[in-house]
Formats: sequence, structure tokens, C-alpha cells
Amino acid sequence: MPEATPTDSDGGVQIDLISGSRMEGLRSMEKIRLILDGVRDGNIVILEEGLSPDEESKLIEVTMTEISPDDFSGIEIESYPRAETANQSFLDKLMGRESTKKLTVIGPANQIETLHKDEQLISALVSRK
Amino acid sequence: MMGLLTNLRDSISRVTDRLFTSNEPKRIGIYGPPNAGKTTLANRIARDWTGDAIGPESHVPHETRRARRKEGVEIERNGKSVSIDIVDTPGVTTKVDYKEFLDHDMEKDDAIRRSREATEGVAEAMHWLREDVDGVIYVLDSSTDPFTQVNTMLIGIIESRELPVLIFANKTDLEDSDIQRVADAFPDHETVPLSALEGNNMDEVYDKIAEYFG
Repeated sequence: MPEATPTDSDGGVQIDLISGSRMEGLRSMEKIRLILDGVRDGNIVILEEGLSPDEESKLIEVTMTEISPDDFSGIEIESYPRAETANQSFLDKLMGRESTKKLTVIGPANQIETLHKDEQLISALVSRK
Repeated sequence: MMGLLTNLRDSISRVTDRLFTSNEPKRIGIYGPPNAGKTTLANRIARDWTGDAIGPESHVPHETRRARRKEGVEIERNGKSVSIDIVDTPGVTTKVDYKEFLDHDMEKDDAIRRSREATEGVAEAMHWLREDVDGVIYVLDSSTDPFTQVNTMLIGIIESRELPVLIFANKTDLEDSDIQRVADAFPDHETVPLSALEGNNMDEVYDKIAEYFG
């Protein structure tokens, strides 16, 4: 995806921060492909606005179909629990202005480990392959 | 006039649809992370009301790798009978590493096969959740941290589909069981404590199933 893909193998970890507006123009499967292609290359993908519940369910499903022994063991995904829906007014819910925007971190299961997670902080340890 | 008749016919068929669907058993999916005790619960319910079990239970994660159904389970509460189809689903996760099964005294080939079946099972469970269940019993091991991403995502998916859901805080027989921690994690939903293994608090379990899914 980026133009300056690191060609040296000095073992750095690439982090892709994907903006909400970049994701907005994509269909569900395109979003999932974008995420999984990055993660399967060993990148950490950070989504500014996360995925909808339906997209999360498809992400789990597609991840499962791609797991293969000694190659890909799945993903680690973390986001803030019920970020903005909790603060939503009744009127917003009534009008269908449901906001699911929540910063989401996704990485290869064998390279990222969540150290701590609460409503305000996600702390993760990222290792090289 | 034709329009009026069409409207009338439509509303009558809506009413009859509703009457029919209310007689049909509701399909209740038993969901949760691996090793929460979903199959132990499914077997407990099935044995209590039909005499048969649903599937084998095990301490090794991903023992259930196919969604298993038990149809027409009649639960009697307060003189009324509630009919449900139970769907026991594989534990949901975002990762499966066959090497974890090697710790459970398994040969590599068996571990790889088990992990492949497990991934297929999780995909199948997600599919059921999106298409084929009318309500959800979400089972958690109450001795473990309920604030996990899988729990948050699954409850989010269930809420977005507007499915009725009960949270079952299982394994209350364990010393580390913390029912309040489970209740605090999901304040919008009702939490029912139980030990499916020991059969503790099953009366409340059946009361709630009848109340939510009857």
C-alpha cells in the first residue's frame, strides 16, 4: 500500500494508520481485505474509526478461513469497549445516528500481545516475527 | 377499494404469520469464548428436558467444532411449556494456533486437524449468529476476566442484530468465580449465575430462558 515499503529486512515493524475517510469509501469486504492483507504481511493496522459489528463478525469469519499451520495463526484485535454509544443521547439512538467509531488495533496474533486494556487505554507489546 | 382489500389481506397475513411463528420453537444459540462450558450447559439443558446429551465435553479448547442442534426441547415453567431448539456453537476466537493443542498430549497431525476443524467451526458459528438464531445465551467462565475483545465484539454483534440475550456467568463452583465482575462488564443485560457442571441455580436458568425466549 505505501510507496516507501521498507525493502531491508532489519526487522522493523510497519504500522498502518488508516483514516476514517479512507475506510468510508470502501465496501465491507474491501475493508476486511485491506486489514487482513496488512496483517498477513506482519503489519500492525490501526483504524481511526473501527468496524461495524457486522464487519467485525465477517472479519472473524474470514480470518478463520485464512488460518493455516505455521503460516498464519489469526489476529489480535483490540478496541475501546462501547466507546461513543455509551455517551449517545436517546435522540441520537432514536434518529439512528448510531456512532460505532472507535479506535481499533489489529495485528498478527503471533506478533502482538495485549498487556492491558480498559475503557481509556490499550497497551500492547509488538514483537518482530 | 382494491387498495383497501390488499391492505386488509396484508394485515391478516401479518397476524397469522405472527401466530404461526410464535408456536414455532425459537432457535437459541449458545455462544461464548472457548472453554466457557457451553456444551456442559447444552448437555445439562438437554438431559434435564429430553434425557439425551448434545455432544462431548472436554477441558481441551475447541472440543466442539461443529454447531450441534437439539430440536424441540420443551421447558416447563409455571404450568406453561416453552419450546426451543438449542444450537451449541464452537467457542469464538480470533486466533487458533495448533501448537497449543500439542500441550494437551496431541500428535502434530491431530493438532493440525483439530485446529483446522476449530477454525471452520468458528466461521460456522459466526454464520449462524448472522443468519439463523432467534436468541442468544452468552456463556462466560465467571472465574476469568470478562473484559475481552471477543466478548465485547460478540455482544456488539448480538446487540446490532437486536437479538434477545441472556448472560450466563458459569462455573460458580470455582473458587475464583466473580459474578459481579461479569454483571459489571455487561450492565445492559441480565446476568444469571450458574454452575452447569454441578447443576447449581438451574431453576433460575430455566425461569429466565422461559421469560426471554418463550
